[in-house]
Amino acid sequence: MNQTVKRFRYAMKRLAQAVPIVLAIIVINFFLLHLAEGDAAVALAGEAGSATPEYMAQLRQKFGLDKPLPVQLGIYLKNVLVFDLGFSFRHNMPVAELVFDRFMPTLLLMVSTILIAVGFGVLLGLLAASGLNTWRDTFISVFALVTYATPLFWVGLMMIILFALNLGLFPTSGMENFAAFHEGWDRVKDIAHHLVMPTITLSLFYLALYTRLMRSSMLEQAGMDYVTTARAKGLTERRIVFGHILRNALLPVVTMAGVQVGALIGGSVIVESVFAWPGLGMLAFEALFSRDLNLLLGIFLLSALLVIAINLVVDIIYSFLDPRIEVG
Amino acid sequence: MKVKKPPLLDIRNLFVKLPAGAERSHAAEDLNFTLEENEILCVVGESGSGKSITALAVMGLLPAPHVRVESGDILFNGENLTRASAERLRKVRGGEISMIFQDPMTALNPVLTVGKQIDEVIRIHATLQRGQRRDRALQLIGDVQLPNPDRIINSYPHELSGGQRQRAMIAMALAMEPKILIADEPTTALDVTTQAQILQLIKHLQKSHNTGVLFITHDFGVVADIADRVVVMQHGRMVEINAANEVLNNPRHAYTKSLIRSVPGLTPRKARPISGRQELKVSNLTKIYRSGGGLLGFSGREHVLHATDSVCLTLHHGETLGVVGESGSGKSTLARCIVRLINADAGQILYQGTDLRPLNRAAMRPYRAKIQMVFQDPYASLNPRKKVGHIIADGPVSLGATQLDAEKKASEMLELVGLDVRAFERYPHEFSGGQRQRIGIARALTLEPEILVADEPVSALDVSIQAQILRLLADIRDRLQLSMIFITHDLRVASQVCDRIAVMRLGKVEEEGATADLFANATHPYTRELLDAVPGRDWRPPEQ
Repeated sequence: MNQTVKRFRYAMKRLAQAVPIVLAIIVINFFLLHLAEGDAAVALAGEAGSATPEYMAQLRQKFGLDKPLPVQLGIYLKNVLVFDLGFSFRHNMPVAELVFDRFMPTLLLMVSTILIAVGFGVLLGLLAASGLNTWRDTFISVFALVTYATPLFWVGLMMIILFALNLGLFPTSGMENFAAFHEGWDRVKDIAHHLVMPTITLSLFYLALYTRLMRSSMLEQAGMDYVTTARAKGLTERRIVFGHILRNALLPVVTMAGVQVGALIGGSVIVESVFAWPGLGMLAFEALFSRDLNLLLGIFLLSALLVIAINLVVDIIYSFLDPRIEVG
Repeated sequence: MKVKKPPLLDIRNLFVKLPAGAERSHAAEDLNFTLEENEILCVVGESGSGKSITALAVMGLLPAPHVRVESGDILFNGENLTRASAERLRKVRGGEISMIFQDPMTALNPVLTVGKQIDEVIRIHATLQRGQRRDRALQLIGDVQLPNPDRIINSYPHELSGGQRQRAMIAMALAMEPKILIADEPTTALDVTTQAQILQLIKHLQKSHNTGVLFITHDFGVVADIADRVVVMQHGRMVEINAANEVLNNPRHAYTKSLIRSVPGLTPRKARPISGRQELKVSNLTKIYRSGGGLLGFSGREHVLHATDSVCLTLHHGETLGVVGESGSGKSTLARCIVRLINADAGQILYQGTDLRPLNRAAMRPYRAKIQMVFQDPYASLNPRKKVGHIIADGPVSLGATQLDAEKKASEMLELVGLDVRAFERYPHEFSGGQRQRIGIARALTLEPEILVADEPVSALDVSIQAQILRLLADIRDRLQLSMIFITHDLRVASQVCDRIAVMRLGKVEEEGATADLFANATHPYTRELLDAVPGRDWRPPEQ
């Protein structure tokens, strides 16, 4: 019980520590985007073909872009506190609504990617390490090397050509078949069907990484003294691997997975574009080109929150795996 | 007619083969010895003598396929273990023959509770219900005299002290009441007072269970404390086997004799005349480590540790001042503060009248060369990517000497510490531990220091090498008129090299005095405790 209370306090502590980080991210993002040349008014005007300076000034005034930067920042911060992320002029929708709409698909893609990459990475690493220098180890290592070296977008395109166009096993793009008006379980199945290719594409690279990490981690742990102790106790090899080595070998993999969540969002921009997956990545891509600063800020904020939240979850998982972590 | 029972363990003509390309062809050659019930047989030897390999061979735990038993028999109650099936060996391991290791921190799995690790042995070797197994584990934890078994059983290894961990290891090893316990340097990683307790515990449990103990050690003091019989090994061969009393006091083989000669006696050497001139005066030196606390107190309560707490010491010209204490006593922190590798929080370090403690980087520069340090681990303290000549010449160069002068100086120093000048162009890994420690000493000496701070300079070395390095240090001190602060946990070594000794505990100097005086009439109870815990304190190595 005591341990549970401690762990809860640890989680609360980490949450509290996240507050200044989020604030800093908001401020830095805000200034970073203002460093970019041109603003929404220029972008809108550019799209219209031409605009008079008076019209531009009018636009700026309307969106509050004529106020000094610190004032703009203050207004933005105040609005963020009440989850008002501003208005996207491009989409003619409140940013919050837009972003939350796209949040679930990205979360779905990310979580399934992490699960597959870590799960299969651990499994393959384990298989490779336990059959060290056999054909199994060689095969897995070569597979990891090849996938590690292959660019994401290429894999995505090849998968579309092979599995979607030639074999017709999976849909080429999108998240669900809207025309079919699926409901309940049918809808879940439909989304899962659409999810397969983007997830595999995005997870392949990380899968290779975790496979290699897990393999070397297993081999390193297998040479530790406690393994000799376990043998001296008369345990079977199977018990030694699963009862002793595995849990210790998992630690670096979990750490790495936590660190890479951020990079995963970056990767999802490419994959979402290739598969037309309606997530944050694709939204960010569009927002970037239309200089929709409010929208970009909203996406940044949400991705930052996502990374922080997932890191917190990883840390809590870690504290279960490794009792040496002080949760007090 | 009574049939004579076979010995508990009978090793006959055992050869253990090393892989091609190793230093020698066999890790163990032609071993022949027996272990009887209710007996402690010590296997003594320096590193690389093949004593641990012998233990692993008995357990069937040799790192196959590289290292394997080539020929010979290991008979356990008449059963030949070298021919036993893997399945049978597994049953023997942990059930009938069990083993404890040197470092209980790494030998226990860090992510499993002590209870779970004990439970595992019982579960694999016996068919007991969960509750019964728990009761047995609790009983075992009590048997090894761990306090509060109900708490210990749910503790993780890192929550226990070194001694407690080794007790937990022993509880695990004794879970199935094995007939043989193999102990591979079980007290080497422990403090001397803890070591004494663990030795006592092993002896007590061995007596009460009639266990045969194969005890591997490099320490003749430990041998004197617990051995019934002794096997002495060198380069994989047995050079002598005899009753402990005989080996210790009347060694036959030349190697045994030289080993025993290298063991520092506990009789302090004769006092030397020491000049009254103060070289270094440390007063009220305090170093505080803080952890926790942090922003808004999020990291829990702040822990404050006084690593050194108002330490006062005086070092006279030409003197060797010993600082002895157990791990965590603050002796290394003290050394590092004096050399200004870390900054103390309060107090004075007076070197010939100048207080070094408040000096900044630039102001400290002229004094850097005056106080130099020799480190404990000759493997970790030399940069593996740099040539020895570079390592030694680096110091003078950084203090403004020309490359040529520095290299000339470095060559001189190599000669001074007894190394060939050709060492200059070689890398540290090409040298043995003793030679590396010589390099470390040469490195310190090129700067022409007046004070040498040696932090456990011999504790990582074999006893014969240790004796050589100690002789070298004494020789250099006399030749170069150095004053030396000698930090050690080993009272035997301290008694041989130090003029005066300061005893530290928990950051404080508990007692200080001339060596002979301190050994004869220590007043502080902690000093007495330390002296009483020295292994083999009643044994005086024979004069030769």
